[in-house]
Amino acid sequence: MAEPKVKYDRQLRIWGEQGQAALEKSSICLLNCGPTGSETLKNLVLGGIGSITVVDGSKVEVGDLGNNFLVDESSVGQSKAKCVSSFLQELNDSVKAKFVEEYPEALIETNPSFFSQFTLVIATQLVESSMIKLDRICREANVILIFARSYGLTGFVRISLKEHTVIESKPEHFLDDLRLNNPWLELKSFADSIDLTVQDPVAHKHIPYVVILVKMADEWAKSHGGKLPSTREQKKEFKDLLKARMVSQDEDNYKEAIEASFKVFAPRGISLDLQRILNDSSSEVDSNSSDFWVLVAALKEFIANEGGGEAPLEGSIPDMTSSTEQYINLQNIYLAKAEADFLVMEQLVRSILKKIGRDSNSIPKATIRSFCKNARKLRVCRYRSIEDEFNSPNLPELQKYLTDEDSSGGATFVGRGAMAPPKPLNFHIAVGIYILLRAVDRFAANYNSFPGQFDSATDEDIPRLKSAAISLLSDLGCNGTALAEDLINEMCRFGAAELHAVAALVGGIASQEVIKLITRQFVPMSGTYIFNGIDHKSQLLSL
Amino acid sequence: MAESAATQPSRSRDLDKLLLRPGNLVGPRFEPSAQLRDDVQNHARVLVVGAGGLGCELLKDLALSGFHNLDVIDMDRIEVTNLNRQFLFRVEDVGKPKAEVAAKRVMERISGVNIVPHFCRIEDKDIDFYNDFMIIALGLDSVEARSYINNVACSFLASFFFSPCHEIEYDSDDNPLEETIKPMVDGGTEGFKGHARVILPGVTPCFECTIWLFPPQVKFPLCTLAETPRTAAHCIEYAHLIKWNEAHGGTAFDPDNPQHMKWVYDEAAKRAELFGIPGVTYSFTQGVVKNIIPAIASTNAIISAACTLETLKIATECSKTMSNYLTYNGSEGLHTKVAEFERDKDCLVCGPGVLIEVDTSVTLQKFMNLLEEHPKLQLTKASITHRGKNLYMQAPPVLEEMTRSNLCLPLFELMGKLSKDVIHVNGMTNKNNQKVSCLRKLRVTFKGVDGVTDMDTAGGA
Repeated sequence: MAEPKVKYDRQLRIWGEQGQAALEKSSICLLNCGPTGSETLKNLVLGGIGSITVVDGSKVEVGDLGNNFLVDESSVGQSKAKCVSSFLQELNDSVKAKFVEEYPEALIETNPSFFSQFTLVIATQLVESSMIKLDRICREANVILIFARSYGLTGFVRISLKEHTVIESKPEHFLDDLRLNNPWLELKSFADSIDLTVQDPVAHKHIPYVVILVKMADEWAKSHGGKLPSTREQKKEFKDLLKARMVSQDEDNYKEAIEASFKVFAPRGISLDLQRILNDSSSEVDSNSSDFWVLVAALKEFIANEGGGEAPLEGSIPDMTSSTEQYINLQNIYLAKAEADFLVMEQLVRSILKKIGRDSNSIPKATIRSFCKNARKLRVCRYRSIEDEFNSPNLPELQKYLTDEDSSGGATFVGRGAMAPPKPLNFHIAVGIYILLRAVDRFAANYNSFPGQFDSATDEDIPRLKSAAISLLSDLGCNGTALAEDLINEMCRFGAAELHAVAALVGGIASQEVIKLITRQFVPMSGTYIFNGIDHKSQLLSL
Repeated sequence: MAESAATQPSRSRDLDKLLLRPGNLVGPRFEPSAQLRDDVQNHARVLVVGAGGLGCELLKDLALSGFHNLDVIDMDRIEVTNLNRQFLFRVEDVGKPKAEVAAKRVMERISGVNIVPHFCRIEDKDIDFYNDFMIIALGLDSVEARSYINNVACSFLASFFFSPCHEIEYDSDDNPLEETIKPMVDGGTEGFKGHARVILPGVTPCFECTIWLFPPQVKFPLCTLAETPRTAAHCIEYAHLIKWNEAHGGTAFDPDNPQHMKWVYDEAAKRAELFGIPGVTYSFTQGVVKNIIPAIASTNAIISAACTLETLKIATECSKTMSNYLTYNGSEGLHTKVAEFERDKDCLVCGPGVLIEVDTSVTLQKFMNLLEEHPKLQLTKASITHRGKNLYMQAPPVLEEMTRSNLCLPLFELMGKLSKDVIHVNGMTNKNNQKVSCLRKLRVTFKGVDGVTDMDTAGGA
């Protein structure tokens, strides 16, 4: 299919054919298609999601024409779900679009099994009580759930699922895997075969820095009892030794070596993050374990044995000043070692699969290969259930946000050592929004409308909202903390308005998280994202 | 939740809550009222620069945020690769001008909105065109284009004196007077990353003040391309930048011509095979040659929405404004941060202007030579205007001929014998080893001239 590929060119360059295939295989359910939900889904439809089902029981009103691009004049009075789904169909005819004219709350109450058919559910504009119920249903059915909400100039996004593992996390900045201070046999032999004191000046300045550093690191270790430079003075000395080997100022390879010398000082072995994953109880695998954990179990064994404390070699090297021949040779040496490590891992994986009673070929070679390449960058994301968070949030974190005090100190300085005058710091408003968004739901449960929803009632609603917030804080164990009065007033002013720009922003964020979750590439957010459209100091809260 | 029966269903049901109700966390001059909403709707004009990934979102967002008088300018035509995010376009629209289709689509769906499309380059418009708008929203994809608009908006900041040419006054402390500031909201995206910023010329840093935020483009050394290629990109750029000219003499390489691209790809592949280098594919070749930036709908949506919110706040003061630079990164978790950058007081673009002191005898030609040598300016090919009057124009030939005789006249006389005043200079300067065009404001003062009665002199202008 040449046509679809060209259309998706700009996004294929990000998540590749595999990521695209994952998107095209998935089915998404949207609850409530006001602007928040509609904008979320629009971005996914444009990206080629497989199928969508829009669930909303309301009819299009005149007021919707002022905030929702996916409905128009001709749809007033009709089912909102129907109108939104047919516009989305127009946006991308390879997506299968359906709609269900039902209120999500009703489905949640009376037909929970409805949700099990989907890969992922996007739940927008739901109140606390519905969120909790839906969360239970989706956890049970193993369906990914993401909440998004716009409320005046505020909003939030929250992913909810038990566990999401990522092999292709693709971090922007990650140290390359060069093993300069821990070379294997072939790399060491190659380095040994090159003479740094070669007379020909052209050859001298085209020795790749990897070779220079492997040799120099080895020389240093030999004269320092096997240790590497660790103190500031030693590191400087090491760099000076490199400088001393330069025969002219234009030797880019030596300049690169000096700049890259920190790679020699980096500790051998694996990172704490990876260690934590290996120590996780899920790495004790059985027949119910996911492929990811089987691979981790194999990795654990590899590191302990053949790897000698190191993960499988990643295999690629960055570009560096070098003769073409030496660069290609070096490249091949790294590729060969990566391949050898992969073959060992493959055997380990197959034998573990057999041990736990699974078909030893059930994890494809390509997956094992990708796992090996990305072994140092694995990520495991876990999310608390909504019920747990709502009933017993992480109290120390909550206190920290509420008081804007962090035990790690840190005052704000404003240039030239002058202290900034005290001003509301970033977490205070965000956590205030978090509490108030829950308080408005409690308010609505009591009074059948949101605070400030009707012009006439705004003044009475302010104290009512305030007491709902205070009682919520008290329930959570935070007695006596005050929320900013101005913020409480603002929430009443908003009157549960769904503003298009806020919906588009929150929807944009939600849709991006959906893409990361479905493609299983890049790292989804953790915690609850609180959107603060008042001064844009949005925050991630980990409760 | 039914609305009270007494109220007529209003299209701006949600926006009304923000614009008609008083609040505490609002701008200092917020006047909540139906009048405010109607003024925005009927009188506020916003220009959207660019009708691509950001532009489409901006038009939709602004139209649904109460702005019903928009203009959009874009010189490009729709391509298939736009369709994964530029949602106002369909497959049938490929080849048509973006600005025109975008305007049409939004007007079709949102009644009451009027959008005037401009299918042309931003340089093709008179500077005055840009002055007609209350706010300029930028959805651009190049540093040069941003620089240009920034220069234009900041050029409205002017002299110490009142001038009839819509210029901003600075008060005696060199602070610009508010009602003449041209606000800009600028967005940019790349993959999962993006930024949104508010630029109030003379108050917040302008684009030039923070030009260091943009890293210089990667260029491979010529000797690597010619002698020691190591990567696929080296092979591709060799074919693109070196071999093409050798083989095609006078014909310029056109990245949009599939045959040209195929030629480069074939040559790159040959070279790669010769050197044993993996990785040359057609797709990668396109990416390197065209400097393709990966782009998705979600990031564009986020950044445009942030820009729109700020535009609404600038226009209405309905909430606090972002101060002043938001960065967003969604690739590893979610990171948003607002940084408060400060202006560069000596900024060549939004500052009061480089001060140049000269003798009254200095001719215009001599003055232009000085500009070339001035360490901060290094301006060549200068075209100079004073209070809207052309002192010397490099182009077009007609104007050049007309103004050539001014070159041997004293600048002091050409500037109406004022002891000091502001002039604007358009020319070429060096940036990152490239010649780029620029617009600079200069404060010229003449030595030994009695400058006490400045205001009297200016009053007659």
